[in-house]
Amino acid sequence: MNSSGVKLSDEKESLIYNPKIRSIFFQILALVIVFGSLILLRHNTLVNLEDRGKSLGFHFLGETSGFSILPTFGTWVVGYEVGVSTYVDVFIIGILNTLAVGLFGIIAATLLGFTIGIFRLSNNFILRSFAATFVEIFRNIPLLLWLFIVYFAVLRNLPAKREALFFTENIGINITGLYAPAPQPLEGFLYVLIALIVGMVGCIFFIKWSTRRFLITGKKFPGGWLGLILLICLPLAIYYILGQPLNWEDPIFKSDGPVFRRGYQAGMGMMIVPEMIAVWAALSLYTAAFIAEIVRSGILAISYGQTEASFALGLRPGTTLRLVIIPQAMRVIVPPLTSQYLNLLKNSSLAVAIAYPELVSVFGGTALNQVGKEVEMIFMLMLVYLSFSIITSIFMNWFNSKIKLVER
Amino acid sequence: MKKSFIFGAIAALGLISTGAFAGTLDDIKSKGFVQCGVSQGLPGFSNQDDSGKWTGLDVELCRAVAVAVFGDTNAVKFSPLSSKQRFTALSSGEIDILSRNTTWTMTRDTQLGLNFAGVNYYDGQGMMVPAGMGVSSGTELDGANICTNTGTTTELNITDYFRFNNMGFNLVAFEKADEVVAAYDAGRCDVYTTDRSGLAAQRLKLSNPDSHVVLPEIISKEPLGPVVRQGDDQWFNIVKWVHNAMVNAEEMGITSANVDSKKGSDNPAVKRLLGTEGSFGDELGISNDWAYNIIKHIGNYGESYERNVGPNTPLKLARGANALWTNGGLMYAPPIR
Ligand SMILES: N[C@@H](CCC(=O)N[C@@H](CS)C(=O)NCC(=O)O)C(=O)O
Repeated sequence: MNSSGVKLSDEKESLIYNPKIRSIFFQILALVIVFGSLILLRHNTLVNLEDRGKSLGFHFLGETSGFSILPTFGTWVVGYEVGVSTYVDVFIIGILNTLAVGLFGIIAATLLGFTIGIFRLSNNFILRSFAATFVEIFRNIPLLLWLFIVYFAVLRNLPAKREALFFTENIGINITGLYAPAPQPLEGFLYVLIALIVGMVGCIFFIKWSTRRFLITGKKFPGGWLGLILLICLPLAIYYILGQPLNWEDPIFKSDGPVFRRGYQAGMGMMIVPEMIAVWAALSLYTAAFIAEIVRSGILAISYGQTEASFALGLRPGTTLRLVIIPQAMRVIVPPLTSQYLNLLKNSSLAVAIAYPELVSVFGGTALNQVGKEVEMIFMLMLVYLSFSIITSIFMNWFNSKIKLVER
Repeated sequence: MKKSFIFGAIAALGLISTGAFAGTLDDIKSKGFVQCGVSQGLPGFSNQDDSGKWTGLDVELCRAVAVAVFGDTNAVKFSPLSSKQRFTALSSGEIDILSRNTTWTMTRDTQLGLNFAGVNYYDGQGMMVPAGMGVSSGTELDGANICTNTGTTTELNITDYFRFNNMGFNLVAFEKADEVVAAYDAGRCDVYTTDRSGLAAQRLKLSNPDSHVVLPEIISKEPLGPVVRQGDDQWFNIVKWVHNAMVNAEEMGITSANVDSKKGSDNPAVKRLLGTEGSFGDELGISNDWAYNIIKHIGNYGESYERNVGPNTPLKLARGANALWTNGGLMYAPPIR
């Protein structure tokens, strides 16, 4: 600023001290190290594989697999058939089975976790101690043990294969699974699905519209109800207009014939194997205990003044909880809730212990053992879990930003 | 996360990060023991006794390798592995030798990058059902639920067998044998299938072993033997010849009891085996009295068989196909010369 001489001498030293050049230098250095390591890793991999007479490549994915897989959601969707289906199918089955148990697990764990978490803060002594016991028991015993406990409890208490406990005429359960009528979409069912989606969009729209109107004019309008009617009635109407394009295939139970043919008949109706029920139940219970604690701490994080203020306005305890406390607590709850969801998804890979064919078990285990492509298969597994995590995080971040406190 | 995934990941990491695995013998000598992969508990083959000591036919093979290298039956550490984990544990360098009722198949020998160093038990796959079912043949099993271990040849064979015979079935595949037994015992499955030797061992764990029958069908060939990684011929040779020495010793009538007196034998074949003639051990990179030590401390193949799985053990397995070739069996070792 004052003398150009000083500036000049600065520029002379600038090669080392100039922050810009320095930062470029370090960035290039980092890049070289990263790429260098990658090249080294690649080289090592190829050399090591060659030593064992192995090669890299994904050709194995097109080969047919020779093992059968327990009938589950994934095998049903893919239509798995030994000798015809390939390792790609096995991969997809694994993903679907992981997602199935993950999704239902997340739903159940959330419902249960919120309930228990709220119970823990209840004024009712019995509810409070029940919730505390639940949390302590499920949180402090390892998940793998829970899997075994639940699985063998399920097996020991269900009727044997050639008997069954019938809930209704066509819904029953025994040690081989829970059986119910299976939906079989016929031609035209697509339109029912479209109507369902239209109904859903309409429902959301109505709720938004009516709350906005309520905020502006103060007039209540049963937008929620109207939306709900739209959601249910529209698809139902289409369903009947098109002549009920959905067939229900009943399970069949036989008590005579060759010994091994007695009991529920393979391939008829919908079957949910006890392995899936046990994995789902164990994951849900275990994760619910953690969610309950998150919910409790979230609620406790809201200052008691909020409750007092709400009571002073004449709101009842239930309404206070629903309209004042929970919406604020959600901000504290959602971020750790996201990691619980991710944990649940990843923990589902313990299911191999009790024969549930999820991704790590059926692809990273059974299939890996048959083809021995560790590098490729672990890479694929990592990609899948990474995508699960990223998708869950994106969704939860979106949800988080929706419920964020709007600052005025 | 999940051991199996970790094993896979370790194997993958092992493959991408470390240098080559050649020189297993040098590694073993410098660490002072052999790391041996065994089952998680298969009585007679690899099982921990009440005091926590590993025993069994497969275990003694590992001990014999340790004796050959160090002259010490205890210079060996055991890694219990499920059938699913075993190959990745071997590929990744976690273990030096896999001796765990493992079937020699072409895929494993070629695509998995492994080498089978011989066969220490000739077996075949069998099926077990509760006696009360009243079935007497595998062909009556249409519609059965079947329990077994995942990551095995068993899974593939049973699938082939049912498909070939046009029978329907559901396969419930567990990672660990204990769960297979428990689930079968609880009635989840009508059939328990695995190697016949495995059936003989695992049925001992059932709540009522005598109320189950093994069906007559043998639906596959299961040559079980020790396995090493490809790419290290010296180590491969050591394991291979440890087994051969035990079989040759039986054929020559050399036992742990008489090996010292046999040391003075004039028979050149005996002299070569016991290291009083030639330099067979030195050529392998181990001591020249390697085979003497094995026989002295462990015994010959027949002794190991009788002690662990033979008719006088709970498994009650007759020698059958595992008798020496001179007795009408399949056990045959190339000569030491
Ligand atoms: N020989 C077959 C099957 C070996 C196998 O895993 N057998 C089971 C059942 S006998 C077993 O070793 N169980 C004991 C354990 O899992 O520790 C193979 O190599 O694939």
